[in-house]
Amino acid sequence: MIRNDRSYVKTHEWAYCEGDTATVGISHHAQDSMGDITFVELPKVGAVVTQGKECGVIESVKAASDIYSPISGTVSEVNGSLESAPEVINSDPYGEGWLFRVKPFSKEDPAAHMDAAAYESFLESEA
Amino acid sequence: MSYLPHTDDDIKKMLATCNAASVGELFSSIPANLRPASFYLPAGRSELEVTTFFERLAAKNRTDLVSFIGGGFYDHFIPAAIDALASRSEFYTAYTPYQPELSQGTLQAVYEYQTGICRLTGLDVSNASLYDGGTALFEACNMATHATGRRKVVVDSGVNPIYRKMLYTYTANISIELVEVPIENGVVDRRQIIGEIDDTVAAVVLQNPNFFGVIDDHGDIVKKCHEHGVIAVQSVYPVALTLVKTPAEQGFDIATGEGQSLGLPLSFGGPYLGFMACRRELVRKMPGRLVGRTVDTMGREGFVLTLQAREQHIRREKATSNICSNQGLCALRAHLYMSLMGKNGLREVATLCLDKAAYARERIAAIPGVSVMDLHPTFNEFVVKLPRDADEFVAEMMECGYAAGFPLGRYYPDMQNCLLVAVTEKRTKFEIGGLSETMELVLCR
Repeated sequence: MIRNDRSYVKTHEWAYCEGDTATVGISHHAQDSMGDITFVELPKVGAVVTQGKECGVIESVKAASDIYSPISGTVSEVNGSLESAPEVINSDPYGEGWLFRVKPFSKEDPAAHMDAAAYESFLESEA
Repeated sequence: MSYLPHTDDDIKKMLATCNAASVGELFSSIPANLRPASFYLPAGRSELEVTTFFERLAAKNRTDLVSFIGGGFYDHFIPAAIDALASRSEFYTAYTPYQPELSQGTLQAVYEYQTGICRLTGLDVSNASLYDGGTALFEACNMATHATGRRKVVVDSGVNPIYRKMLYTYTANISIELVEVPIENGVVDRRQIIGEIDDTVAAVVLQNPNFFGVIDDHGDIVKKCHEHGVIAVQSVYPVALTLVKTPAEQGFDIATGEGQSLGLPLSFGGPYLGFMACRRELVRKMPGRLVGRTVDTMGREGFVLTLQAREQHIRREKATSNICSNQGLCALRAHLYMSLMGKNGLREVATLCLDKAAYARERIAAIPGVSVMDLHPTFNEFVVKLPRDADEFVAEMMECGYAAGFPLGRYYPDMQNCLLVAVTEKRTKFEIGGLSETMELVLCR
């Protein structure tokens, strides 16, 4: 359940780059360990997010977890449909359950990013 | 269970970790006069001795005075049914009874209390209560800084000075900057407070009626707040809310207040009750417990704690607040009071307060040498200017059986001769006449 078209960080967010925009979400593993997601607080459009810094919150029936941006840049779009249907993160974490989009400050992938294989072995090492 | 003290070795290791030379050094931030002189307690006493000791101590209290003291805490009538119901052991003995399987009665009472507070303030959500009016006000400021990501809080000096002092204490070691705006002729200085509102401000804090009893409509200030994304907070007197515009009607985002007036005795300062209500959009920033109504697997109605992911036991250091409890019994009393009085009863109490205060104002204004500050409408409290020091005057009035009011010089240095007089529904026409006649006599002496 790890897509190999995108990169991952140790805090279990993913980033998918297309053109000059990066889309951010959380991994299948993250949504699975959180359980049923009940609420999401996202950064505002126009806000500056910094890689590795918290920029939102996801609440589930079990816990509340911070969202750490995997990328530095300006938020260009947020997934407004999550406000009324946060459970989409559980059902489709890599698609409809995306969180927000960023215009990155830098074209290069941050060193902290892992590809699918590296993320998989990271998950195994954590298990 | 036996008592296991730390060994000298343990203590040495712990002190070394803290970089302290002695145990005493750990307490050095507490002023020396506030530290205990000795931990050697006096010898034990018998029940009779203890009873006698406390009876003598209690006898030092004056409970015979006719009270005109307010300042945020008021001598309202408390129906006997409140003591009878609130002291039932099902409510009285349980500590933090939040387990839904066992505590439907308490949870329902809290839910109904929350409903009462929402109806009084007009706002969408109320929590299960906080410690007192001052802590509730601080928690509102804290909420605003979390919701906006800003650190500056603008406070009107018409807010109860005790609450303002609490705000300073709470924020002394955290990065919240308080900006106080002085009042002008007993009301908020609109030009100055609106001038302070910009995109760096988290919250503007106002009070209605303000500390001098003045009723206001802060709608214009709230509007300015919202233009800049500022959270508008109003501290309110719950008894006045059936007559004055509610916080919701004025557009406020958060309302807090002291719930003592809702069926709690003055009791020399506590325990009291903080209440808080807010707009729905802010509920996840709200501190404390919150009870919701739901259905169980069989479809039956039930009550449970809800939105707990905000709280400390789940969110740990990221929690909205460190408050994980509520004033259960005091909130229960407030709920009983609101239910017993009902909508009409509450309005009747407020109307009696307003009318009797107007009568007292008139009588006192007629005393030679005395003036009443009457630039603005007031609720049940008003400022009286005396021809002499108010503190001394109050002491002399006590000898005549009256607690005549609160000397304002204690918090406002330029008001040494001013007295804050409060009138509740309990004061009779005879008592108000007695107050004004005694005031005249004492001032003529």
